[in-house]
Amino acid sequence: MNGVHDMGGMDGFGKVEPEPNEPVFHAPWEGRVLAMQRAMGYAGAWPIDASRFAQERLAPQAYLGASYYQRWALGMERNLVERGYAETDELASGRALRSGKPLARKLTSDVVSQGMTRGSFYRQAQAPARFKPGDRVRTKNIHPPTHTRLPRYARGRLGVIELVHGCHAFPDTMAIDKGDNPQWLYTVMFEGKELWGPDADPTVKISIDAFEPYLDPA
Amino acid sequence: MAQHEHDEHGSELSETQLRVRALETVLTEKGYIDPAALDLIIEAYETKIGPHTGARVVAKAWHDPAFKRALLDDGSKAVRTLGHESRVGDHLVAIENTPARHNMVVCTLCSCYPWDVLGLPPVWYKSAPYRSRAVKDPRGVLADFGVALPASTEIRVWDSTAETRFLVLPMRPSGTEGWSEDRLTQLVTRDAMIGTGLPKRPDEVT
Repeated sequence: MNGVHDMGGMDGFGKVEPEPNEPVFHAPWEGRVLAMQRAMGYAGAWPIDASRFAQERLAPQAYLGASYYQRWALGMERNLVERGYAETDELASGRALRSGKPLARKLTSDVVSQGMTRGSFYRQAQAPARFKPGDRVRTKNIHPPTHTRLPRYARGRLGVIELVHGCHAFPDTMAIDKGDNPQWLYTVMFEGKELWGPDADPTVKISIDAFEPYLDPA
Repeated sequence: MAQHEHDEHGSELSETQLRVRALETVLTEKGYIDPAALDLIIEAYETKIGPHTGARVVAKAWHDPAFKRALLDDGSKAVRTLGHESRVGDHLVAIENTPARHNMVVCTLCSCYPWDVLGLPPVWYKSAPYRSRAVKDPRGVLADFGVALPASTEIRVWDSTAETRFLVLPMRPSGTEGWSEDRLTQLVTRDAMIGTGLPKRPDEVT
């Protein structure tokens, strides 16, 4: 979806401001949110792409006004309610008013290290890779109203396949519960000028990781 | 109610604190989560998982040419051979800085970051200024970090738009010939492994 989360190339947000000696968490609740997200992921409540999509669907002013972990919490609340794991009256009252929905498993202390290991996104290929390194491709000019990992600044642009990362679960379908739909994943490199016009810094090159359905041969 | 030994010291709880507390209580009472497991996750990120892991990887690559080749060939596989505390998931790709090319990593769409080797991302990495500008004006972003590279150096920005995670392998600083791997580790900063910084100079460490 064309949301405010898709920030690449926007102007006006100001300087990057590194914080010296930044703590891991700025408040204890941030850690609780992160850990809850991990625990619900381990439980198989929803895929990571659904977490991203829930955040993308926040109202633009809410998205921009929230901190990173606030966005996580808001996205989690949305997934809980939309998927029937909790209802709004429960979240508002801070009490479970109904029994929980069964989940595949539960992250308990004895399995924390497994729960913290990132799962693999590799999937069995359904067809041979269409592209190889060096191939010229053009990204599609698509604007799906749902989740996609093709950023706006790189749509309809000419690039070159640089790396082939194997076949991966496809976020665009994972986010909307339409399955893994495995797709080949490539690093596609663009010249700065192709993305930002003739005044772009000629020494800058940008790459995205693009799933095969985003690409046409060029 | 779930116990919260971690709560803030102040007497007034912010709206966010209350909301997150409510969320945790509901999820606990429903049987979805175990607060004791959450404590362990938080503890791991606070004490075990961080850029020191990535620094070890980089220092080893500087020190051991065979490991460097393995790292550039398959990042996840090479890092797993080190057997550090945090387990490394699939899809880690190491990208090498050279005199001709400087690499910089961003995630414009969310804030994807190589947690396994760098820990949790700093706030600036997740911020709108970085996410918006890194792909369009990387030299300007580097200037925000006080980094100026030669005008002839190619700047290569990697937008982490999938589950691939990128670790920048910075150039080994000159004047470190004969240094041990442990000593080299001190030179490797988090920002150098994101590409918004450079390693420390030998005279900056003991």
